[in-house]
Amino acid sequence: MSNILTGRKTENSIKESLFLFLLYLCVVIAILTLMTLIFDVLSTGLNRLTDDYEIGLINKIQIENPRDFLTTLDSRDPLKAGIGPAFVGTIWLMIIVITATFPLGAGAAIYLQEFAPKNRLTRFIELNLTNLAGVPSVIYGLLGLAVFVRLAGFGRSVLSGGLTLTLLILPVVIVASREALKAVPDTIRQGALALGATKFQAVFRQVVPSAIPGMVTGMVLGLSRAIGETAPLIFMGALTYVNYFPDNPLSGFTAIPIQVYNWIGYPQEEWKNTASAGIILLLALLLTMNSLALFIRNRFEKDL
Amino acid sequence: MEINMENKESTNVDKVFEVKDVSVNYGEFTAIENVNMDIFKNKITAFIGPSGCGKSTLIRSFNRMNDLIQGAKVFGTINYQGVDLYDSNVDPVQVRRRIGMVFQKPNPFPKTIKENITFGLKVNNMIDNLDDRVEKALTQAALWDEVKDDLDKNALELSGGQQQRLCIARTIAVEPDTILMDEPCSALDPVATKRIEDLMQSLVKDFSILIVTHNMQQASRASDFCAFFTTKTSEDGKSRTGELVEFTDTNTMFTNPTKSLTEEYISGRFG
Repeated sequence: MSNILTGRKTENSIKESLFLFLLYLCVVIAILTLMTLIFDVLSTGLNRLTDDYEIGLINKIQIENPRDFLTTLDSRDPLKAGIGPAFVGTIWLMIIVITATFPLGAGAAIYLQEFAPKNRLTRFIELNLTNLAGVPSVIYGLLGLAVFVRLAGFGRSVLSGGLTLTLLILPVVIVASREALKAVPDTIRQGALALGATKFQAVFRQVVPSAIPGMVTGMVLGLSRAIGETAPLIFMGALTYVNYFPDNPLSGFTAIPIQVYNWIGYPQEEWKNTASAGIILLLALLLTMNSLALFIRNRFEKDL
Repeated sequence: MEINMENKESTNVDKVFEVKDVSVNYGEFTAIENVNMDIFKNKITAFIGPSGCGKSTLIRSFNRMNDLIQGAKVFGTINYQGVDLYDSNVDPVQVRRRIGMVFQKPNPFPKTIKENITFGLKVNNMIDNLDDRVEKALTQAALWDEVKDDLDKNALELSGGQQQRLCIARTIAVEPDTILMDEPCSALDPVATKRIEDLMQSLVKDFSILIVTHNMQQASRASDFCAFFTTKTSEDGKSRTGELVEFTDTNTMFTNPTKSLTEEYISGRFG
């Protein structure tokens, strides 16, 4: 039945299928790991947020208002402990990080990509930006402690924390924003300049608007990393037990990951459920932000 | 449309560009050297020649687009309507406003058709009667009838030929004197190419047009004057530099060229 067009199972085609299978396996392992983590968190945390609170299958305790978890203060009793102050602390951090990162990150990226002369100094800065993105976050905690807490005199406040996290994610945001600007075709710049636009008009009226979706994505990725960080905040002096709501930028504060870290350290079994509930809240926040980024992206791309 | 040598030499044809001893370097590399030529007003002048002969480089030095390339340097003088384009008090932004440019690949902004036209008008402060100006430019570019109901449609949804006519429309909207076209049809099919060529014939009443083209038929069909460039290899064989071989009216160029190199290129024996 074979003719010149019939395929043959050669050694090559076996190698190729084997390699394809290995690639497929990588995807499966990655996804399974993620699913296991999420399943574990949901199975220990969700019951803390529902009316019937079970630990294992032995005892079943009724919690009066499980959804107060989001708004109540921390407590010595794992069934009464709420994440309120940490939730508000994280919201404060997000507001400060966004406010500081957006102008600094976008400004630095636009300058470096569109205006900076291509000389040795610029190349040195570019190289070090990439290096900075790889510096362990604890180092940023030390820097924040020295500069914002002590030198600038902001104390162990949510402002110091937000600015420390800004420093931490700035390199990533700048690099991502530059990539977004780089992806705008050069013909757009030339087209604008050939019409008698100044460099400034070409950049701010044509190039930057085209790059906004990519820049927003970079910003949200950076922000997601910031709100998941624990080490630099502990280092620069965030508190682990807070029984008040931070109400101004100079308040002392704690954040969701610190609160979770703290809870997980207690011996009683019930704290694990409380901590998992905190993780679920953090995951929900991250998911909301990423959806928001997706929404903004689509919005701008439609308007192009 | 046929212009003969007598016409060229007579004084009733104004010069827009006077090019004297012009060379363009990119760093150490000389892309084109010792060009001397006069470009005439309200005529179509075509630059032809093999790849790498520096014709695009030369046309980009006519509206100072070469300023944007790091290391590019123009030697000699290019006078535009009597003003040295590279004089220290000449503003390149003003130069580009007077001398428009259409590029090889259609490059509309990723915005609406209308915004593509109004961008140039806004940056040049021509903000009175915006709608009229948009209609006039699109009409002049022979695009109005096709897009008048879709002015708010994204320009990227147009066909390649329509996009290129939109680029021509936004160029003429800011009322330049001269239009430079850098291989405007190389990405288009023959039908779209024909429309651009027809458009050039109607625009040349109001504008002086320079066009770089790889297509010799296009040069012979559409231009009044024609400049033939080629590359010469240096003595050590390491670098190739462009030079102007012959510049004359198109009719003479294609029927009775003076240089044998031109004749060989035009008849297809090299290039």
